[in-house]
Amino acid sequence: MSENAVLKMDNIRMRFGSYYALKGVSLSIRRGEVFGLLGQNGSGKSTMIKVLAGFHQPEEGSSIQLWGQALPLPLDPMLIKKRGVAFVHQHLGLVASLTVVENMRVTALGQKTPWFVNWRKEAAAISTLFAEFGLDINPFETVGNLPPVERAFVAIIRAFEDLRASDAGYGGEGILVLDEPTPFLPAEDVQRLFTLIRSIVRTGASVVIVTHDIDEVRDITDRVAILRDGELVDILETRETGRQSILDTIVGSRIDAFEKKRMAVTGIPSLVRVRGLTDGRNTPFDFEIRQGETLGVTGLIGSGFAALPYLLFGARKGLGEITVDGKTMPVSAMTPLAAQKLGIAFLPGDRLGAAGIGSLPVTDNVTLPILDGLTRPYGLDRSGMTREAAKLAQIYDVRPQDPHLNLGALSGGNQQKVLLAKWLQIKPKLLMLDEPTQGVDFGARQQIFKALDKASAEGTAILCASTDNEQLEQICDRIIVFSKGRPVIELKGSEISRKSITEACFHSHDAEAAE
Amino acid sequence: MTTLDMPTTKTVPKAKSRFTLKTEGERFALVGAWLLLILIFGTLMPDSFLSWRSFSTLFGSQAVLVVLTLAIIIPLTSGDFDLSGASTLTMSCMLIAVLNVKLGWPVVPVMLIALASGVVIGAVNAFFVLYFRIHSLIVTLGVGTFVNGLILWVSNSQTISGVSMGLVEWVIINRLFGIPLAFFYALILAAIIWYALEFTIAGRKLLFVGRGREVSRLSGINVDRVRASAFVLSGLISAFAGMLYAGMTGSADPLSGLSLLLPAFAAAFLGATTISPGRFNAFGAVISVYFLVTGITGLTMLGADAYVQNLFYGGALVIAVSLSQLVRNRQPQDFS
Repeated sequence: MSENAVLKMDNIRMRFGSYYALKGVSLSIRRGEVFGLLGQNGSGKSTMIKVLAGFHQPEEGSSIQLWGQALPLPLDPMLIKKRGVAFVHQHLGLVASLTVVENMRVTALGQKTPWFVNWRKEAAAISTLFAEFGLDINPFETVGNLPPVERAFVAIIRAFEDLRASDAGYGGEGILVLDEPTPFLPAEDVQRLFTLIRSIVRTGASVVIVTHDIDEVRDITDRVAILRDGELVDILETRETGRQSILDTIVGSRIDAFEKKRMAVTGIPSLVRVRGLTDGRNTPFDFEIRQGETLGVTGLIGSGFAALPYLLFGARKGLGEITVDGKTMPVSAMTPLAAQKLGIAFLPGDRLGAAGIGSLPVTDNVTLPILDGLTRPYGLDRSGMTREAAKLAQIYDVRPQDPHLNLGALSGGNQQKVLLAKWLQIKPKLLMLDEPTQGVDFGARQQIFKALDKASAEGTAILCASTDNEQLEQICDRIIVFSKGRPVIELKGSEISRKSITEACFHSHDAEAAE
Repeated sequence: MTTLDMPTTKTVPKAKSRFTLKTEGERFALVGAWLLLILIFGTLMPDSFLSWRSFSTLFGSQAVLVVLTLAIIIPLTSGDFDLSGASTLTMSCMLIAVLNVKLGWPVVPVMLIALASGVVIGAVNAFFVLYFRIHSLIVTLGVGTFVNGLILWVSNSQTISGVSMGLVEWVIINRLFGIPLAFFYALILAAIIWYALEFTIAGRKLLFVGRGREVSRLSGINVDRVRASAFVLSGLISAFAGMLYAGMTGSADPLSGLSLLLPAFAAAFLGATTISPGRFNAFGAVISVYFLVTGITGLTMLGADAYVQNLFYGGALVIAVSLSQLVRNRQPQDFS
């Protein structure tokens, strides 16, 4: 097996701070095979790909061999590319406002003279290449006007060209890595994509595909590696393995010490009622959140759960109706200001892009929602603002405890504590969270959960959108799993476990696919 | 849970030692540089340069540039450029001259009309930037150029002199402590803007909108309204600067005011390295203007040619900002 391995990754260890994302993963890829990389969110499969791309530097002792030659650490992305590994990331890396041919020629590897580009000739060459794979895409079309699957084709063919231009390409070899290419594609387009992948493999190249979807894995791959919590659980021959045993391998069985006291299933009135919510494309749906309840919404990437808080907060245009504590408002007229007046607070997931401002001090960030209360006849009470910020920093244990520091100077976990404090201090009736502990270390994470628990004990209803099953299990009283833009499964009370959430995500997705 | 070991614990005790020599030094470096300039020119020309007369004239005559700089730091704080400021200034100045001198209207309503012209130009900027979602650089460049054309049209490309002495008296002739009143207008305006930026909710909103539009929007700030107000205020204050300009010379010419645009931006960016480093701030802007003009006046008095003006505006800006970047370990500047 190892003699015809084109890529060997051995004992890959990758650490972020004190947290190991990869704990010594070893795998090898054979010539001309389709190799799947499967696992839950956060299992380490994307990290693995980023290590291979030279984007993350693994720890000492990790080794990567391409065609029998070890790559020196630290890894050099350009060298990896030259040796014949090409990547298509989930966001494809295309510039939507430029044409296909311009996008195809961004990587100058195939370029002979830098002084003049004969666009007509390039376009003809690209058309020929497309035709080789039975594709018919106009090279002068703007990428933004292409349907999603054709965009994926363009990105994949571009990567394939890089392979041909690389050292390995002369022998017709190369490794094409596809990182979740399918979540936004309808089933028939996935099949077209797979056809393309198969014809690429026939040229002698190997393909590594990262995905969530078990059925896709069974359809396209020869072997699949399953990762869990940064460790390689197993490598399975796909043809000989049933889908249930793949699923069992993904989920595993683990016991967790910490468990929240989930609230009683009946007897508490609803605080938040949502009717006919839709983004205008998907089927409208209803749901309720009770006083003090924490409702989780989750699903696979692209299943639409993540948009929920944005729709309800008026940050994105939606339709429907929301009632908070007896006051009703149409979602179409919702703005962030109106939402706040209804008692809704929202902590977006993009910490320094949407939630807080890194170049301003903690004080300024945290006092923004309470400035009215800090206004004196002579103007804002600046020292009062600092006092207030210092008080909150103490309550939420923000470290270092210096409200003059810029928010951007704090660690991710401490930033998140500040931003959570910003909204919890106004005692919202409904608090919406989007991935509240992404990139937050273990200790800060527990503190954030505790702060949330305290808020729900005081009656705040919480809506948490997340793909982090461990987190959902720890804080949610109820979980709604989404697929294709609408809720499909509801988990309550003792039904909630990491395993059941994962199964529900995959199940709902597969049920949809089967339709 | 609260007893969890956190890796950051060790940094806590150092919390209060922030007011270090370095930060204070950074805040007042430009003031020091200004005093140094005065010292150098004073030693070289003890009689002519160090006289109160030359200083008071310098303070008074540069009030127009100070006010224009104060005008543009408002949209700069909210993350927009207003390149039409100098055009607004000249328009306001020219309107006063045309209406007051050519048409013989009384000066007070004419001044109000001049201020209104600034508001209108600001509103036009705001409309195109916000409704059509065009970058402010493009819109204000276009609107400014358009206004330049209007100025030449209403003035017939002529310099118009003979503006009401009442205005001239209240701008440049009447003095307090020997300094023309114009200087005090500029100072009062700087105080108002400083207060508004630091001590009012509106000022907070302006700052947040400038630093993060998405953060502001999701925090419930009406981002478009804040940006529109910034443009309108900038227009209004630019027009006020034009009023002072008319009073300063008792006349209006269609071109000279336009050359104030780049010095005003130079002073605004230079001002953002001092007093409250990293932020556009009113008193930083005032000090920058006087730092720049002190240098130019001194060099001119030493007999330097006219080109030294641009050398100094440009050179001082780039060098001073570079030095302040060195102090901050060359972190990327983040005004927006």
